[in-house]
Amino acid sequence: MTVAAVEAVDVSRTYELDGVSVPALRGVSLTIAQGEYVAVIGPSGSGKSTLMHLLGGLDRPTGGRLVIGGRDVATLTAPELATLRNETIGFVFQAFHLLPRTSAVDNVALPLVYRGVGARQRRERAAAMLGRVGLGHRLGHRPNQLSGGEQQRVAIARALVTDPAVLLADEPTGNLDSATGEAVLELLEQLNAESGVALVMVTHDPEVAARARRRIAVRDGLIRSDTVHDRPLSGGDGRPETLDAAPSAEPRSASGSGPGHPSGGSGGATGATGRLPRGGGPGAPGGAG
Amino acid sequence: MRLAEAWRVALDALRANRMRSALTMLGVIIGVASVVLLVAIGTGTKQKVEQQVEGLGSNLLLVVPGKLDVGTAPVVSPLDLKDVDAVSRVVGDPGRVAVTIASGATARAGTRSDFTTVQGVLETTPAVFTRSLARGRYLTGADVDTSRRVAVLGASVARALFPDRDPLGQQVTLAGVRFRVIGVFTPLGQSLGVDRDDEVHIPVTAAQRLWGTQRIDGIAVKAPDRERIDQLGERIVAELSRRHPDTEFSAVTQQQILGVLGDILGVLTGVLAAIAGISLLVGGVGVSNIMLVSVRERTREIGLRKAVGARPRDIGVQFLLEAVLLTSIGGLTGMALGVGTALLVDAVSPIPAAITWWSLALAFGVSAAVGIVFGVVPAQRAGRLDPVVALRAE
Ligand SMILES: Nc1ncnc2c1ncn2[C@@H]1O[C@H](COP(=O)(O)OP(=O)(O)OP(=O)(O)O)[C@@H](O)[C@H]1O
Ligand SMILES: [Mg+2]
Repeated sequence: MTVAAVEAVDVSRTYELDGVSVPALRGVSLTIAQGEYVAVIGPSGSGKSTLMHLLGGLDRPTGGRLVIGGRDVATLTAPELATLRNETIGFVFQAFHLLPRTSAVDNVALPLVYRGVGARQRRERAAAMLGRVGLGHRLGHRPNQLSGGEQQRVAIARALVTDPAVLLADEPTGNLDSATGEAVLELLEQLNAESGVALVMVTHDPEVAARARRRIAVRDGLIRSDTVHDRPLSGGDGRPETLDAAPSAEPRSASGSGPGHPSGGSGGATGATGRLPRGGGPGAPGGAG
Repeated sequence: MRLAEAWRVALDALRANRMRSALTMLGVIIGVASVVLLVAIGTGTKQKVEQQVEGLGSNLLLVVPGKLDVGTAPVVSPLDLKDVDAVSRVVGDPGRVAVTIASGATARAGTRSDFTTVQGVLETTPAVFTRSLARGRYLTGADVDTSRRVAVLGASVARALFPDRDPLGQQVTLAGVRFRVIGVFTPLGQSLGVDRDDEVHIPVTAAQRLWGTQRIDGIAVKAPDRERIDQLGERIVAELSRRHPDTEFSAVTQQQILGVLGDILGVLTGVLAAIAGISLLVGGVGVSNIMLVSVRERTREIGLRKAVGARPRDIGVQFLLEAVLLTSIGGLTGMALGVGTALLVDAVSPIPAAITWWSLALAFGVSAAVGIVFGVVPAQRAGRLDPVVALRAE
C-alpha cells in the first residue's frame, strides 16, 4: 500500500443545535490510500455526508485527528485549509452545484481561479478535462442547457481539473435516472482507474456499493464495517449490513469504531442517541482490530 | 484569486441582476447627482454675487448707521444731507460721494402700474457705482438742487410701464406725484433672485419731499485708492460719530461685503451639500441591504466556491468589489447626471451653477467609500459562511 491520501483517527463530529449536542460522527478511524475505490454506505442520517465533509476538509472534526495530504487539519488556518482543499480534494455533490449563468468550461475552470492560474491556461485545462468526461462539444453550454447527466459530468470535470489526490462523491447519481446514473458511475470508475485518483463514493444502492473493492458501512455515526473484497459481491448478497459477514471480506486494521466506542450490544441496545439498534455483536469483526 | 478575476466576477454578478443593480444604484445616483448639482448652484451663486459686488465699482466704501453684522437689527438713520457735506469734506471730493434714501412705491403710467423701489440719489451715483444708461441722461446737480421731479427708470420698470412706447419724456406717477422720465438704465440682470433693474432713481431732495423727511439711509464713497480705503473709512466714521454721538456707524468695503456674503453662501452650500449627502447615505444603506440579499441568495455559490478552494478573503473581496462597483458606477452616473442638470439649470434658468472639480472628486470618492463602508459587513458575512451549511442552503 502506498502513502495515505487521507487519514482519520478516532474522528468525531458533534453539532450543537440550540444547546443540544447532536453527535453525527462518534469516533471514526480510517485511511484512504492513493488510488483506492471506496464505497460508503449506510442508512439516512448515519453520518455519511458528515464523514465526506471531514475527509474533504470542508468541515473540522470536534475530536480525533484528521490528516489530509499529510497535513494535520487541526494545525491549519481557514485559508490554509481552503488551499489544501483546492490542491488535494475534488468534490462531486448530489445536487451538482454548478454556477448558473456560467458556461461549462468556466464552471470546470473555477477551482483553478483560486489557484491563480491565468485565464487562458484555465480554459485550456478545463476544456481538456471536459473532453475527458465526454463533453468536449459542450464547452459553452450553461448548466440549464445541459441534461442532468451532463451537468454531473461537468461537476466531475470540475472536481478533477486540479488533479486532486481524492475524489469525494456524495451520492453522485442520486439525482439521476438509473441509465444516466450508470454512465456517470462508469465514468467515475474509469477516471479512478486511469488517473489514480482515490474515489470515495457515498451511495444508497447496495449494487453500486458492491462494485467497489472496499466498502465502508456507517451507522449511527460509527463505522460498522470496513471490508475489502477481492472480487465484486454478487448482486443477491448485497445487503450492506451483512458486508462484514461476507466470506471474502477481510477486516481492515484501521477500521470501525474506536476502542472507546463499543459498537453496541446485540440485544437491541441503543447508543447514547437512542437510535435504532445496531446490528452485530460485541465481538463483531468491525470492532477494533 | 487575482484581483482582475475578482472584478470580472463582481461585474458578472451585477450584470446577472441588471434590474436590481440599477435600482440599487439609483439611490447612489440621486445622492451623488444632488450633491454635484447643489454644490454647483451654491458655487455658481457665490461666483455671480462676487462678480456683481465687484461690478459695483472698485474701492467702494459704504457708510451706514449701526453695525454691519449678520443678525443685528437695522438702526434708524440720523443722517441728513448736511452729514453728506461733512463726509464730502473728509473725502475732499464731492464727486466721490453718493447717497441713497430708498422706499417701495407703486409707479404708474397711464393704466399700467409696477411696484418698485424708488431711490433718492445724488447726481454722483453713476460715477460711484459704475452705472450706465441705455437711453436719455442721468440726474444733474441742478435736478438735485431744485428737487426737480425727474426720474431715471431701471430696465424692468421701463419695460413694465412702457412696453410699446419710448419712455423718454413720458410721465410716471410715484406715490401720487408726477415725474418726467429722463433716462433708462442699461439692464443689470438678477442677483440672488432679486431683479436689479427693478428701481427708479429720483433726486434725493425730491425723494425727501415725497416722503416728508430730511433723512437719508446711507452714504457710499468711492475711495481714491485701495491702500488708504480703511483709513478713509475710519475718518468718515469718526466725523459722523462726532456729529451724532448717540449712533454707531460702520464703514464697510467690498472686500468685507464679499467676505460676509461668501460666508453666508458657503454655509448655505454646505447645508445643501449635507442634505444631499444624507440621500447618498440612504443610497449606501440600500447598497448594504441589497448586498445582504445577494449574499443570502448566493449562499450555495459561496459554499461551492469555498469547497473548490476559495479562501474567506477571496469571497469577502468578491462581495466587497461588487458593492464598490455598484456605488462607483452609480457615482459616475450620478456625476454625469448632476453635471448635466447643473449645465441645464445654468443655461435655461436664472439660477447660476458652476461645476467645480473638487465637488466631482469628492462625490465620486464618497460614493466609492460608501461602497466600501456598506459592503464590508455583507462581505465579511459571506467570507465567514460555513461551507457545509452554505452548500445545504435552499
Ligand atoms: N448542520 C447540522 N446541524 C445539526 N445536525 C446536523 C447537521 N448536519 C447533519 N446533522 C445531523 O447529523 C447526522 C448525520 O447527518 P449526515 O448528513 O451526515 O447523514 P447522511 O448519512 O449523509 O444521511 P443521508 O443519507 O440522508 O444523506 C444527522 O442526524 C443529521 O441530522
Ligand atoms: Mg448525506
